Amino acid sequence: MQSHILSIILFTPLLGALVLLFVPSDNKQAIRWIANIFAFGGFLISLPLVPLFWAQRFEVTPTHFKFLEGTPNNWIPSIGAGYNLGIDGISFLLIMLTTLLGWISILSSWTAIETRMKEYYVWFLVLQTGMLGVFMALDFFLFFVFWEAMLVPMYLLIGIWGGSRKLYAAIKFFLYTLLGSVLMLLGILFLYFHHHTVTGVFTFGIPELYKTAPLIPFNYAIWLFVAFFVGFAIKVPIFPFHTWLPDAHAEAPTAASVILAGVLLKMGTYGFVRFSLPFFPAVVSHPRVQKWMIGLSIVAIIYGALVSLMQKDMKKLVAYSSVSQLGFCTLGIFALNSMGLTGSVLQQVNHGISTGALFLIVGILYERRHTSEISEFGGISNVMPVYATIAMIMFLSSMGLPLLNGFVGEFTILQGAFTANWRWAAWAAPGVVLAAAYLLWLYQRVFFGTVTNPKNEKLHDLTPREVLTFAPLIVMALWIGLYPKPFFQILEQPVNQIVQTLHDNANTSAAGSNAVNPNIVNPNAAAPKASN
Amino acid sequence: MLPIVELAIFALGILLIDLMIPREWKWINAVGAFVGVLFAALCVWQIQSTLPPRGLTGFYNSLLVDRFAIYFWYLFLAGAAVAILNSGHYLDVEDEHHGEYYVLILLSVAGMMCMAAGIDVVLIFIGLELMAISTYVLVGFLRRDRRSNEAALKYMLLGAFSSGILAYGLSLFYGLAGGTNLGQIARAMSGQNPHNPVVVIALLTTMTGLLFKIAAIPFHQWAPDAYEGAPTSVTGFISVSVKAASWAMLLRILLYGLWPLRSVYTPVMVVVAIATMTGANFAALTQSNTKRLLAYSSIAHVGYMLLAFVAMGTSQVGSPGFLDGFKGILIYLLVYTFMNLGAFAVITSLRQRNVIGDELDDMAGLYRRAPVEAALMLLFLISLAGIPPAAGFLGKYYIFLSLIESGHYGLASLGVIYSVFGLYYYLRIANAMLMRAPMETARLPVSLGMRCAVGVTALATIVIGVYPEPFIRGVNWSLGIAQAPHVAAVVK
Repeated sequence: MQSHILSIILFTPLLGALVLLFVPSDNKQAIRWIANIFAFGGFLISLPLVPLFWAQRFEVTPTHFKFLEGTPNNWIPSIGAGYNLGIDGISFLLIMLTTLLGWISILSSWTAIETRMKEYYVWFLVLQTGMLGVFMALDFFLFFVFWEAMLVPMYLLIGIWGGSRKLYAAIKFFLYTLLGSVLMLLGILFLYFHHHTVTGVFTFGIPELYKTAPLIPFNYAIWLFVAFFVGFAIKVPIFPFHTWLPDAHAEAPTAASVILAGVLLKMGTYGFVRFSLPFFPAVVSHPRVQKWMIGLSIVAIIYGALVSLMQKDMKKLVAYSSVSQLGFCTLGIFALNSMGLTGSVLQQVNHGISTGALFLIVGILYERRHTSEISEFGGISNVMPVYATIAMIMFLSSMGLPLLNGFVGEFTILQGAFTANWRWAAWAAPGVVLAAAYLLWLYQRVFFGTVTNPKNEKLHDLTPREVLTFAPLIVMALWIGLYPKPFFQILEQPVNQIVQTLHDNANTSAAGSNAVNPNIVNPNAAAPKASN
Repeated sequence: MLPIVELAIFALGILLIDLMIPREWKWINAVGAFVGVLFAALCVWQIQSTLPPRGLTGFYNSLLVDRFAIYFWYLFLAGAAVAILNSGHYLDVEDEHHGEYYVLILLSVAGMMCMAAGIDVVLIFIGLELMAISTYVLVGFLRRDRRSNEAALKYMLLGAFSSGILAYGLSLFYGLAGGTNLGQIARAMSGQNPHNPVVVIALLTTMTGLLFKIAAIPFHQWAPDAYEGAPTSVTGFISVSVKAASWAMLLRILLYGLWPLRSVYTPVMVVVAIATMTGANFAALTQSNTKRLLAYSSIAHVGYMLLAFVAMGTSQVGSPGFLDGFKGILIYLLVYTFMNLGAFAVITSLRQRNVIGDELDDMAGLYRRAPVEAALMLLFLISLAGIPPAAGFLGKYYIFLSLIESGHYGLASLGVIYSVFGLYYYLRIANAMLMRAPMETARLPVSLGMRCAVGVTALATIVIGVYPEPFIRGVNWSLGIAQAPHVAAVVK
């Protein structure tokens, strides 16, 4: 008997969008309520997944995926594509993050969006389904459909409800990400055809492709890796591919920024973990490739942080800080040990929580003043004390203060990087210091001192609805910061599985890629060390 | 054979009825034409249900009604049906509501059917001319509009010229093979040295004619002008059905008749495909007229289909690359029929008494003036850009798959990068439509027929995209014969 919980979670937002289509567009109150009910409902429906998944977090299944849905080839038998869903610990955490942030960002739009409200909520709910589908799909065709279909609502959210340069930002976002995904499409088609030449079967099933993809000869696999890399690197974004991000963030409405930073960027890192590593183990563990990846990550960490320091606009500052923080995530991934991977996935969740909250914080000021220029503000803590407190907590969480979530993720990543090569950790560590610098400086300029701008004297503090949008994020930040053990347990099995694949294939193909660094695939690294 | 005869009878019938009915009853012509198309579809369905696997031949082996032909017949009829639905209101607005319009559409469909089913170059040529002459008149149907007249003249001159070149090439093949049947030509060519100068000249002239008809660069100049000047309802029709018919003719001649010469024509096709994608995508970037923009976009689509043809030409018959390339072309034509007709139907609805409605600016703020049309136009644009879950993705999927399977990684990369270019100019329409303020706020009056046209094409676009299985099966069925081009040799 198959459980259909994943499908239910997946299609609840889409159902909401369909219902909204039948509400007359001038009945704004009804539209708000219905959208929020479905968004909150989508979150509530995903909650039962937590105990269910927790109960089987160590259970071994043949494909290492759980809550499997659908039979192979049940969608388009002629080409071997199926409606197959399934999750493991990594996708579980990201799905929970998505449903939570989806609800919060829709709630935060309550008063922010007044024009073309119906379309806004419809597209937002469609986007939610698309994002969930990416994390759930176990079929490459299905995955690609969600991966691309999701771009359309995001493009519209930026382009219709964005800021002054919205058209430019929306088109840039769409073109950049499409360029990445079409190259990935070619990679997918190659894997699909390769599977056929090896086994005689045409299938897009990801578990099946896991078996044949590592057999691709190195000189082809490197190009496939590049094709996938471009797709994911643009999404993350990794350093030279990041230029769309500040524009998109600066112009997007607050809620879209939250989703963009909180979930969309994670699809890139998720892609690396889910596809690049297990599909091309010989390529990623090739020392030169690994050095390039680590190098790009370190450049992103430092560059993103330095650029953040210089920003005059809060939204752009937070956007560049994302480049820096996701540099940590890719650093953890390409450390290629279980410490780094675990830390990376955890940091992805942390980044979703902290940066999502930071965008909400900026959005609150933007809604009141319609600007996010730092120089417009100052002394806000005098007029909005509750707001200033919440902002402090989230700033500290984002910069990685111990007892809050950011610390756990970054520390684990640095530990993993250190295990692989201490120099990598040494180069990345200044990123943590710089993060503290740009965030605290921002906080000082906006919140401390006296109110210098008369327009800021009458700002009203947070409404209960706005506090409600922050509450779950603060709870999660404290939880991960104080007691991260459950998260490590959830990630243990899938991460070890990936490290195992890397280990196996690096051994068998060691002849092809000579001189594999023994540290890279050291299974002992899986055991947490007391201290370094 | 029956559907062709039946369409011709309906066409003549409408011509007679048109004389008898008063001006305000002209819609009867549209109904008559629509019934004629439905009736023809019924005939096709009847032929299909009794069709032997190898097909039926007729008219002294000049006509081969096989599954390949049936597939295209359905495609032409679907295109014509949507075009007829779309025309009534437009012709009223233009004040050119004449029965001849529908007569010409039906006659051109009859011509197309001959092109898809012909295996004798003479019959193919007759079909081509029947179609071409009907469409020349259709393009110039707005007698009082200078643009329409100019477009028709250009289209006719260049069209006649290319038909001449095609006829010249085919006549050389007749001389080489001693017969006009494609099977005969195929047998004669398999014995020939493909680099024999006469063969090469014959091949190149034939290809020039064929590439002209599908509007591939460098033989594309007629298309933007003809598309822009033609009545919008006709533009939709010629951009899909005429193109599909030309593709059917190209596939028949190059795959059935001249397959032994593939080592000569495939390299040419590579160059043409690259030139077509490059030229069309760059030209489309700067267009400010939506009809012209979509004209260049349709040329770009021809470029993608030519890529699939290259994949076929360089693979063994029956290998995955060959089959998926063939399927790719057929599926592409299917989805292209619906999405492009849909896009043109939306543009047609912008035509009003005092607004021509084919500039990009006329699209501004469409979301407010006609929200449903704007949303569906977005669907068509996404589909044209090849983004799932819209149908256009399926065509792109097969084309790039066939390129990967036949090892053309460079061409595949080039193709996908151009499809990103494509997205840019489609987004320009979407931006105007959804993100710019409307210039006038009055709601757009949209007739019932247009609503049906837009609705049907949108439904097809989304259904083919979300559940393509039956359509892929349909294409597989139609290729049951066509996948072995040497089958033409079976025909005596």
